[in-house]
Amino acid sequence: MEIIVLLKQVPATESLIRIDDDGASIKTDDIKWVVNPYDEFAVEEALRIKEAHGGSVTIVSVGPEKASEAIRTALAMGADKGVLITDPGVSDFDSLIVSRILAGALKEIPFDLIIAGHRSVDKDNSQVGPATAELLNIPHISMVIKQDITDSKIRCHKTVEGGTVVLEMSLPALITTQRGLNEPRYASLPGIMKAKKKPIDVKTIMDSGFDGDPIGESMVKTIVMKPPRERKDGIMIKGDSNLAKAAELVRILHEEAKVL
Amino acid sequence: MAERKLFTGGEFLVTEPRSDDVFAPEEMTREHKMIYAAANDFVKREIDPNIAQIEEKSEALTRSLLKIAGEIGLNGTDIPEEYGGEGMDKISTGLVSDVIGGTASFAVSHSAHTGIGTLPIVYFGTHEQKKKYLPKLAAGEWVAAYCLTEPNAGSDALNAQTTAQLSDDGKYYLLNGEKIYITNGAWADIFIVYAKVDGEKFTGFIVERAFPGVSSGVEEKKMGINGSSTTSVVFKDCRVPVENVLFEIGKGHKIAFNILNIGRYKLGAGVTGGSKMTIAEASKYANAREQFGKTIGSFGMIKNKLADMSIRTFMAESIIYRVAAMMDDRFRTSAIGAKTPATENAKMLEAYAVECSIAKVYCSECLDLCVDELVQVFGGNGYVAEYPIERMYRDARINRIFDGTNEINRLLIPGTILKRALQGRLSLFDEIQKLNNENNVYSFDPTKLDAALLGIQKYMLTTCKKILLISVGAAVNKFLDSLAEEQEVLAMMADIIMEIFAAESGLVRAQKHAAAKGEKKAVYHIAAVKIYMNDMVPKVVHWAKQILVASAEGDHLSDRLAVVNKLSAYPPVDTIKLRRLIAEKVLKTKRYPF
Ligand SMILES: Cc1cc2nc3c(=O)[nH]c(=O)nc-3n(C[C@H](O)[C@H](O)[C@H](O)COP(=O)(O)OP(=O)(O)OC[C@H]3O[C@@H](n4cnc5c(N)ncnc54)[C@H](O)[C@@H]3O)c2cc1C
Repeated sequence: MEIIVLLKQVPATESLIRIDDDGASIKTDDIKWVVNPYDEFAVEEALRIKEAHGGSVTIVSVGPEKASEAIRTALAMGADKGVLITDPGVSDFDSLIVSRILAGALKEIPFDLIIAGHRSVDKDNSQVGPATAELLNIPHISMVIKQDITDSKIRCHKTVEGGTVVLEMSLPALITTQRGLNEPRYASLPGIMKAKKKPIDVKTIMDSGFDGDPIGESMVKTIVMKPPRERKDGIMIKGDSNLAKAAELVRILHEEAKVL
Repeated sequence: MAERKLFTGGEFLVTEPRSDDVFAPEEMTREHKMIYAAANDFVKREIDPNIAQIEEKSEALTRSLLKIAGEIGLNGTDIPEEYGGEGMDKISTGLVSDVIGGTASFAVSHSAHTGIGTLPIVYFGTHEQKKKYLPKLAAGEWVAAYCLTEPNAGSDALNAQTTAQLSDDGKYYLLNGEKIYITNGAWADIFIVYAKVDGEKFTGFIVERAFPGVSSGVEEKKMGINGSSTTSVVFKDCRVPVENVLFEIGKGHKIAFNILNIGRYKLGAGVTGGSKMTIAEASKYANAREQFGKTIGSFGMIKNKLADMSIRTFMAESIIYRVAAMMDDRFRTSAIGAKTPATENAKMLEAYAVECSIAKVYCSECLDLCVDELVQVFGGNGYVAEYPIERMYRDARINRIFDGTNEINRLLIPGTILKRALQGRLSLFDEIQKLNNENNVYSFDPTKLDAALLGIQKYMLTTCKKILLISVGAAVNKFLDSLAEEQEVLAMMADIIMEIFAAESGLVRAQKHAAAKGEKKAVYHIAAVKIYMNDMVPKVVHWAKQILVASAEGDHLSDRLAVVNKLSAYPPVDTIKLRRLIAEKVLKTKRYPF
């Protein structure tokens, strides 16, 4: 089973996010970069499939050179090799361009299954997985919380409003991960040392198999970014008994918050 | 980059290291950074959500956490691969201790297990002993403890009264005695125990809990680190097979003291991680708490605290990784590995005894400064148990007591240096001699300054070394062989030596960072060094003068005091401005700013 994981490096959610002077991008100096959490589920699931069915796991990422750190982390978890497709303008690409680059590269790498996070926590577009599947002309199932592979079929569970559905498709195919799929393993210290010797193939877009020349303009542009409204500290409701606390809560909701 | 010079212990006092000779944390490899991230991940996922339960002193929980740590490889950085560990460098070990150091009680359990509990076997065990015990210890399947202290043998560890008597058939030793205050005492599966064979030959043993005659006492009620186990361990006709003698009969002190060296280094790394955490807590709170209509972080005196905590921790961190790299360089000179003979290991571990003591004392006192200011930043909330701050304050205090009290380590620092100087291993007396020549002692002269960044600070550091040597020279001259009785003098020497080592580590680090990333990116490093040196010189001068007045009189004294005065004249720096600069960064990033 040849498994590809699409992986993106994103700012850690605990990083201090500040909007840059252009108003449409973030300042990157104090940011801690990590593997997109949904892609960690993807790496973990790929490793489990490999452990059950054999084969290899290849990490593919489109990103700045720094993104090789994230690939290296996936290699330390146990993936076999990595491909980084990099370009100076990469952070401005919209989801469709990224998907076209990935689809181009994946035409040159044999695979049975592609796993991607259903969204990346930085731009939150939820597009790259499905778009890549479309461009490769393979089926896809999104937001998977459980999967099973038998023969050349993959059966997936996903949550829908009020319940679960089970879907099936033939391989090769693409799935995207949802929280609950698994608990990602750690990049262990021995894993880190092993990853040192694993290959990461760094390519420019033009030698990655991309067929459009030139890349073209992003069709979706970021106009402005706004920080969330500052949240006020919570208040502790004081009272001698639960009853007294409840009464005080009702009073506050009624008189101060004016929601009752 | 040029090869790092291989230093001997204490040599920093008599040489000017080139910047290439001092390792700085910014030079960590990609793998080092990944190790740091992996350890952080472990803490965030496994420890942080369990802090309250760990505090309840749960053996089951701590054991399960040690097992998870084992799976990730966090117990075995010092254990050779052949025995189930990763055989990594000391920088990696330092990183793991640094990260886990912020986890209060778990840090103590983990450190006693992986450090003083496991390392005696790593460095002094036979192949069979290593094969039998190390894989289980690396995996966290078995927990280790270190039994040195006894009711009448605390700081005076060699005064142990536990005895070991060879059985008539020569197959085992019978151990009898009581050890007290043993970390992991109630939980450990194996104990490294020191006992006197025939009542005189101080010897190390590996004792399994399963051996007949081992029992643990009740848990001590403690000021802090309440989630860790501390009990007495009693040996009553405990049968220990002769194969479990560690190293040689009568050579237990070699194990005990050398393992304490490395234990002190690890403690230093751990408490430095703790200090970093206090800075994050303090800055978050200073950003959130408002009084007089402003966040308290906007007040100068609170900024001052954040800056002081950060600067001291910066020096502590610089010390830790500098010493780690020194040990790594030293270990690389021998074919270190699973097969290195114990006698060779003993020499390696002994090489940087001074630096390890400095790491222990400096970094544990840094943490105490940090937790103290942390409580203050939190005000009343720092004092009540609803917040974790008062626990951090209590937890920190043990670090100045165990692994050799800071007093004992303060004696060891100048004691070891003087001993090595007398043995001809350190050219201390030559350097002191040179200072009898006026030409070698010069006062502040801008034209002689190193044009490089932080030139004045570097010059002042050289000056401090001279001031130290002048005062040491006078004390040795006066007290000769009885200097050991002059503890107050020795302690002041230790303080000067520590300050010099700290400042030099930070200074070279800042210079290197500026050289690599540009002065603009290194502004905080540079500010930290400027502030530190500015505040340190008067302290050094004060101690040196105290040593001098205790050691000399008449012209002899006044000549030397004059020299010290001349040497120490230099332009003060506006540290208020620089402290604010650092504090702003701490407030902005809400964490340790370097
Ligand atoms: C929570 C905890 C965990 C511990 N874990 C372990 C463990 O795992 N294994 C283990 O073996 N031990 C352990 N210890 C013991 C610890 O190492 C000792 O308490 C420590 O070495 C000090 O010994 P002492 O308590 O007998 O104090 P003492 O030696 O009686 O010292 C009392 C005071 O006198 C000072 N003093 C002593 N001698 C001198 C001197 N020559 N000159 C100047 N001042 C001096 C000391 O610095 C100290 O301030 C632990 C202790 C505690 C509290």
